[in-house]
Amino acid sequence: MATYSTNDFKSGLKIMLDNAPCTIVENEFVRPGKGPAFSRVRIRNLKTGRVIDRTFKSGETVDAADVIEKEMSYLYNDGEFWHFMDDETFEQVSGDATAVGDAAKWIKDQDKCTVTLWNGEPILVAAPNFVELEVTDTDPGLKGDTSGGGGKPATLETGAVVRIPLFVQIGEMIKVDTRTGEYSARVKS
Amino acid sequence: MAFLQTRAELYQTIRLFFAEKNVLEVETPVLSAAASCDLNLESFSTMCVADQLMYLQTSPEFAMKRLLAAGSGSIYQIAKSFRQSERGRFHNPEFTLLEWYRVGFSLPDLMEEMVELLMLCFGQNLAFRTVTYQQIVQQLTGLNPHRATLSELMEYAANQGHPEAVTICDGKLSNGLDYVFSQYVQPKLKKEIVYFVTDYPECMAMLSKLSGTQPVTANRFEVYFNNVELANGYEELTDAVEQKKRFQDELTERQQVGLANVPMDENLLAALAHGLPDCSGVALGLDRLLMLMTDAKSIDEVLTFPIDRA
Repeated sequence: MATYSTNDFKSGLKIMLDNAPCTIVENEFVRPGKGPAFSRVRIRNLKTGRVIDRTFKSGETVDAADVIEKEMSYLYNDGEFWHFMDDETFEQVSGDATAVGDAAKWIKDQDKCTVTLWNGEPILVAAPNFVELEVTDTDPGLKGDTSGGGGKPATLETGAVVRIPLFVQIGEMIKVDTRTGEYSARVKS
Repeated sequence: MAFLQTRAELYQTIRLFFAEKNVLEVETPVLSAAASCDLNLESFSTMCVADQLMYLQTSPEFAMKRLLAAGSGSIYQIAKSFRQSERGRFHNPEFTLLEWYRVGFSLPDLMEEMVELLMLCFGQNLAFRTVTYQQIVQQLTGLNPHRATLSELMEYAANQGHPEAVTICDGKLSNGLDYVFSQYVQPKLKKEIVYFVTDYPECMAMLSKLSGTQPVTANRFEVYFNNVELANGYEELTDAVEQKKRFQDELTERQQVGLANVPMDENLLAALAHGLPDCSGVALGLDRLLMLMTDAKSIDEVLTFPIDRA
């Protein structure tokens, strides 16, 4: 297996740590006073998303993690797994609820997702930054100002619940920012 | 290109500063037949003439002390120095030190001169604070650096989420202290204050004199500003026998951890035996000083060509 020395460390590098695939967020070379050289590294565990600080002796090596990020189309959910396809090779992969995480409540078929694969298996799925979804349920009685204010809760076709302005009605399409989970705009059909 | 101007002006400021104080600018060889024995310093070596290995200086300290012993009086040098495997936001393997020695100066005298120079470089008043190594370490970690054993230091690091510190410190107490300082003390210093950290534990004496106090401390100081280590000063060890013993101990330790043997500087030892006048000296990293003066995020911003493009 490929290994990296601390000299190769830079942000974005994918390494194995405590048997989990991780990515280096930040790396700083430290050589205190007249003391030992080491690297102070911020590392994100790609499976849990947890970020930790670790130090490595200069020259120490770690295993490379076979991790790649790929744009893939979401196909369907079979109740247990979410299936994705590489549009170029037509290769298909499936990820469980842990891998898909929050993305599950935003994606519908044909959405282009960023899938992180470890040894070929999805471990992380990021929904597109913006998705367009239909409002399937909201309180139709609430009318009023168009400038926002409090808004009202709405259920979308994927089951996600977001706050929308009072003027948006059932059946309309809206644009949602999946990073914040907030309503962004109404989509004119 | 603005940084070129700043560096040129800084050098002018420094030269004027020392000229007014009658401190002589000197130039010493960068290549030497001897190397630093320090475990944590890796010298570049090169074959100079057939079969003779020579080393690039890690600082101009040894050569300058030979001049002092020869009767040069107070001297300073702006010197290119080289340390292998040191590369990062604050490190380039080739870097520039301002090193100066003041004959007859005590450490407080030298610190006062450092304050004067720094205020001149930054062109403004700065807040300075002098703290002992023990005060600052104890205040920020609760550890007593003069009493703590290596395992206590490593236990502290483990409790802070860094059990791996053990592998980094190689069973060496001074390494453990340096690790704890750079991980849990240095980042917590107030950015806007220039700290003079003094009275280091005995095991971190390096080339400095020891105090006659209890606990024994090293007459050494370091300067930290904006969480950056800027300078390291000593009341210089003048005892040739003690110096030789420290070199030998370092060489033994190098052997124990499997590092290459290097020739100790016999010329320096001879100079010390001849007689080094009582003096204090300090090395100030000029690239880092420039970083702080220009708010640079990386040393690369103040170097003409960093190592990857040299």
